[in-house]
Amino acid sequence: MSDDRKLDVATAVDDEGKRDFIFIATGAAAAAGAVSLGWPLVAQMGKAADTLAAGSIEIDVSKVAEGQQLKMLWRGKPVFVRHRTPAEIKIAEDTLISDCPDPEEDSARLIAKPDGTVDPRYLVMIGVCTHFGCIPVGESGDFNGWYCPCHGSHYDTSGRIRKGPAPKNMAIPEYKYVSDTVIKVG
Amino acid sequence: MSGHPSTYEPKYAATKWLDTRLPIVRMGADFMTFPSPRNLNYWYTFGGILTLCLASQIITGIILAMHYVPHVDLAFDSVQRIRRDVPFGWLLQPMHAVGASMFFLAVYVHMFRGLYYGSYKAPREVLWIIGCLIYLVMMATGFLGYTLPWGQMSFWGATVITGFFGAVPVVGESLQQWLLGGYAVDNATLNRFFALHYLLPFVIAGLVGLHVWALHHVGQNNPIGITTKTKQDTLSFHPYYTIKDGFAVVVFLLIFAFFIFYQPDALGHADNYIEADALKTPPHIVPEWYFLPFYAILRAVPDKLLGIVLMLGAIVVLFVLPWLDTSKVRSMRFRPVAKWFFWIFLFFCFILGWCGAETPDNIAIPFGTDASGQARGLNFTWLSRIATIYYFAYFVLILPILGLVETPKDRPESITKAVLGDINHTVIVPAE
Repeated sequence: MSDDRKLDVATAVDDEGKRDFIFIATGAAAAAGAVSLGWPLVAQMGKAADTLAAGSIEIDVSKVAEGQQLKMLWRGKPVFVRHRTPAEIKIAEDTLISDCPDPEEDSARLIAKPDGTVDPRYLVMIGVCTHFGCIPVGESGDFNGWYCPCHGSHYDTSGRIRKGPAPKNMAIPEYKYVSDTVIKVG
Repeated sequence: MSGHPSTYEPKYAATKWLDTRLPIVRMGADFMTFPSPRNLNYWYTFGGILTLCLASQIITGIILAMHYVPHVDLAFDSVQRIRRDVPFGWLLQPMHAVGASMFFLAVYVHMFRGLYYGSYKAPREVLWIIGCLIYLVMMATGFLGYTLPWGQMSFWGATVITGFFGAVPVVGESLQQWLLGGYAVDNATLNRFFALHYLLPFVIAGLVGLHVWALHHVGQNNPIGITTKTKQDTLSFHPYYTIKDGFAVVVFLLIFAFFIFYQPDALGHADNYIEADALKTPPHIVPEWYFLPFYAILRAVPDKLLGIVLMLGAIVVLFVLPWLDTSKVRSMRFRPVAKWFFWIFLFFCFILGWCGAETPDNIAIPFGTDASGQARGLNFTWLSRIATIYYFAYFVLILPILGLVETPKDRPESITKAVLGDINHTVIVPAE
């Protein structure tokens, strides 16, 4: 065997290592390319900029009379502003949170005014059942709060889930009092 | 596509030329002469009926898409316009809407046929699984299509069903909003549902191709579940089963036509003639009849995530059925005990459908009244729980155990013997 031949074999072995490297590098580049092209195809289904910019709404809660409920559309979902009667407030405050599947004090579901006081009359929440997103009907159900007609969830006068398949209390949206009577949701 | 030796011989120069280049005529000819078991009954005609349903849905669907406007402000009116103003829209829109119901009716018969005659057993597991996939895509297509008229049931049905994805731990809400393209069901949702509703029927068509391929590779099952052994056990697909399928199709179309011409809305909901309103949920939300049993399973469980898991499980269990049923005997005709459990299973599927249509707290089976005069009894929640338990028990307990303990009846040696008795005296050859 000549020296030339030996050299050839050595080169071939070197080549194999190089080829493996090139093979893996090409594969990795192709995979990265596929992912970076695939991502826009997936991400386009998310919320568009105009949907995200849906913004905020202002509500004058003083216009809601006692025992009435205002329903406003915010980000495609209804926001409930309920002016609760003293009886409803008392029931909501007296309820033992150990009776609630999603324990939360009534006071924890209200937001303080700029001066630090809390007005328990106005309950502001997203009027969407936490089960599958139906809109509960007011002043009904076993707890005289809300009742969801879709799958039978009962909420109390604080909007807390008490009975039925919904896992959570109705959500409190992000809001604040911009004056004594006006709230800004969002 | 067929698993039998080809008997096609091109007669003309042109067909000979084509046959050596693309044997497409041969494929069609072999399809028509496919040897089918000679004892197929009318329950075996639903494959043909379903093919017709798919074709009808695609044709009427493409026509409707020419007039439909997928926008929240215009969708509802555009569907009403199709029914009132578009030439023959009064016919074509119900053909599509009623057609969906007829499609599901046929697929359920087809599936229960498969369950009864053991069509999922070896070597037809893949055939069965492709069928389950077709059913799954059909459900998705049916749901997406029901959203398009943008009535109250469309909107709230879409809200509830997309809500299922919100129950996924951790990523649920993001996943749901990604599917909706917003915080709630809105224009973005309607648009993509329209695009996907147009796409999926073609996916179904592709799967049907695989389904038929698998069928022709392993051969059809038959009412006695005995494998075909000789040529005598079979008949050519054409004319024997084209005619039989044809007759069944005509009877099926009579029922279809009755609904289209006399009761076009009987299978829908009056609420869907009210335009979608994001601020008002209809007092009683129910899905279309073909989803009711699954809806009942969903509601039987007081836990959101578990309800969805069980509902999906009710479909997933069908995929693994070939490995759950331990009996080697295919047809229930020879399984004296399993047969009864099958009929009870069918009964409970109807019970689940009934439960799905009713309000959970209402009394299903009254036992009289209590002291205050209120009706007492078994409510729909508990009835659906009993039925749900049986549904799952049938697949994961009854079929696996029965296969081991049940003594099947004696089975005939061959299909020919089962059909004609002992035929030693004469050889019967079907007319060719």
